[in-house]
Amino acid sequence: MRVMLKVWRQNNSKSQGVFEMYPVKNISGDMSFFEMMDMLNDRLVLDGKTPIAFDHDCREGICGTCGLFINGRTHGSLRGITTCQLHMRSFKDGETIVVEPWRAKAFPVIKDLIVDRSSFDRIMEAGGYVSIKTGGTPDANAIPIPKINVDEAMDAASCIGCGACVATCKNSSAMLFVGAKVSQYALLPQGQPEARERVLNMVAVMDEEGFGSCTNTGACEVECPKEISLEHIARMNREFLKANIS
Amino acid sequence: MILNSQIPGGPLAEKWTKHKFDLKLVNPSNKRKYDIIVVGTGLAGASASASLAELGYNVQAFSYHESPRRAHSIAAQGGINAAKNYPNDGDSIFRLFYDTIKGGDYRSREANVYRLAEISNNIIDQCVAQGIPFAREYGGLLDNRSFGGAQVSRTFYARGQTGQQLLLGAYSALVRQMKTGKVKFHPRHEMLDLVLIDGEAKGIVTRNLITGEIQSHAANAVVLATGGYGNAFFLSTNAMASNVTAAWRAHKKGAFFANPCITQIHPTCIPVASSHQSKLTLMSESLRNDGRVWVPKKMGDKRHPSEISEDERDYYLERLYPSFGNLVPRDVASRRAKEMCDRGHGVGETGLAVFLDFADAIARMGKDTVTQKYGNLFDMYKQITGENPYETPMRIYPAVHYTMGGLWVDYNLMSTTPGLYILGEANFSDHGANRLGASALMQGLADGYFVIPYTIGDYLSGKLGESISTEHRAFAETESDVKSRIDTLISVNGNRTVDDIHKELGLILWENVGMAKNKAGLEKAIESIPKLQNEFWNNVKITGTADELNPELEKAGRLADFLELGELMARDALNREESCGGHFREEHQTEENEARRNDEEFSYVAAWEYKGKGNPAKLHKEELVFENVALTTRSYK
Repeated sequence: MRVMLKVWRQNNSKSQGVFEMYPVKNISGDMSFFEMMDMLNDRLVLDGKTPIAFDHDCREGICGTCGLFINGRTHGSLRGITTCQLHMRSFKDGETIVVEPWRAKAFPVIKDLIVDRSSFDRIMEAGGYVSIKTGGTPDANAIPIPKINVDEAMDAASCIGCGACVATCKNSSAMLFVGAKVSQYALLPQGQPEARERVLNMVAVMDEEGFGSCTNTGACEVECPKEISLEHIARMNREFLKANIS
Repeated sequence: MILNSQIPGGPLAEKWTKHKFDLKLVNPSNKRKYDIIVVGTGLAGASASASLAELGYNVQAFSYHESPRRAHSIAAQGGINAAKNYPNDGDSIFRLFYDTIKGGDYRSREANVYRLAEISNNIIDQCVAQGIPFAREYGGLLDNRSFGGAQVSRTFYARGQTGQQLLLGAYSALVRQMKTGKVKFHPRHEMLDLVLIDGEAKGIVTRNLITGEIQSHAANAVVLATGGYGNAFFLSTNAMASNVTAAWRAHKKGAFFANPCITQIHPTCIPVASSHQSKLTLMSESLRNDGRVWVPKKMGDKRHPSEISEDERDYYLERLYPSFGNLVPRDVASRRAKEMCDRGHGVGETGLAVFLDFADAIARMGKDTVTQKYGNLFDMYKQITGENPYETPMRIYPAVHYTMGGLWVDYNLMSTTPGLYILGEANFSDHGANRLGASALMQGLADGYFVIPYTIGDYLSGKLGESISTEHRAFAETESDVKSRIDTLISVNGNRTVDDIHKELGLILWENVGMAKNKAGLEKAIESIPKLQNEFWNNVKITGTADELNPELEKAGRLADFLELGELMARDALNREESCGGHFREEHQTEENEARRNDEEFSYVAAWEYKGKGNPAKLHKEELVFENVALTTRSYK
């Protein structure tokens, strides 16, 4: 099969970006989207041109490094996957595919399709942890935790920090990302001692970093490659309220 | 130079406790006077950085990723072992030690492995305290499952995402220290060389991957936790950026490289589909708990599996190994799969695959239970292959997964270069010739949380008052070497892309230094790899410049090192005239095609010393002494 790629090219964070067109042929449906990009990049190199820069690493949907906005959808149109798990069999022969970076004030473009998501790390620094040191911890079975709580905490903890929730949100809100982390700890006894400070501090940094507000459209839940539920945002809101009145 | 492993004396079970007492300490108020560089922020690097900072040291952490959470530790699926014996099934520290030594085919150090087993329990406690949502039973206590190479259930897990959860746990400890300022994190910085002052590791030179700037960083000690080198094969289960550069640069500066040929080929991966393939995807070994491996009895049988009746199937692992069945160690399972395919029983279009069938498991436990245990793995398989494993058996084939070899370290995890410590997969230490499943996470975290915080003090305590500055000429010299290498790479301007040459290296290694090796093949590899090195330095093409974000340049630098490593892998394999664990020499096998070790001659760690460009590396031997286990032929029958 063949496709026409319409790709966002931008030299660096200061420069203006433009769309450029790249025809790609001899594609097999079993190739992943990135393998198709690899093939294109190899051709660009041999032609003496600069290959398209994009972030990727594990190519199995868990590291959270990759993230492209494809035909107006984060990670493409399939549900529950990352861009690296997208295969060319999902596209039509002859299709024009529009490829853009995540677009959000808090995720400035570094080059082409690569953005700076260090704002997520700074939110985590504000409280995405239990303040314990290495060593001196009690036996792992000392505190029983209901399976149902742990399972729900695990649902939240499966967030890969890719930023699709932000990129898809019309407000560029990071509530699903932050909600997932706050919720994980809120569901576990380990998270209780610092519950109040955690939610207040993480939300404060989220706001400082320039992420927008949540208006409950639910786009993030739909586009999240790990299908993290909006309920975690609701739980964070309860935690936030609790923290503010206690 | 005689290798001194620094293994403490005394009974096995008391060595670590005694050693911790004997190690010199740095008093709390002096710790802040020391700077430590940690390269790599995966499980080992993040846990080390956080733990060292908590103790009071000033840590500079480096990663070529944008965030510590991207490290490939995140992709480990199945679990982490510990000798908790929660299931009351007869586990103990000694049994975990014994299984790991035996699983490693008696090519690891007793003292290191025992320490690992001892520490395993602390790791689980630590991780639970961090809020890691390990799987639990209805009563609220932790659940365990079984894994290859063991007859007890000792594996703790968080769905099929255990590595992710453990890494996020270590990352959470790390960001907490970043917030306090005790850890300065340098994202998107790649270490391109090690800096030695008077023969000791005192800094590194990095390239800022966004601006291309070459920078020097000084410290009192350097810790490398930079992972394995499976990507030498091009196709592997490693992440795309995983590489050997930091370790190889250290090797060329004097650190010995141990057992480079011993590679783990993981039995349960999704088979190669086409030549455009960029990586291979692992399906967790935990699948072998409930999945049954089989091939058609008839050669070249291309019928749909549903049309092949029970008596036409060969459940070869259950047939050959009745007591371990589908749960034999990885090396055994991989080699048997290759053998079945080589004999013409392979399935799928290429004939390079075997079935992993869940029909019995679904009938026994119900689809819901299977979904709960393996749902995400099944989804992943379906996404990649377009087939539904609930209905059609999975097709699997072995793929390069983990490298047991790595930089040589002593019991303190210090390399042959003083002041240079190696943690996690980057060192060679604990897995011998074959790593058991769910042991990589255990080792990475043991090294980072519970070994290096003790052992590094012993070295640093002798350096009180030592002030290292990047003004020292060693930094300028190293920077200049790094820059000229980059300039040379860019100026080649040949006709082949980096990936094109890398694929050629991968093929040479896979065919000759992979699952089954022989003398002729290894000699062929030793002859052809230098030619490919030459081809690379004369015909590679990289566009763009050195002072911008340039992924092709990054890949080229890594490939240059893989090309040198590949040659050493072949030389090491040629030297090791025996079969052990993941290293299988066709000349050395039993009549039943099992690996035949040669304990008389090869019960040693092969540690290679770099002797300069164009000169063969020099072999040093660390003899392995077994006082607590009897060397037997591994049997899983």
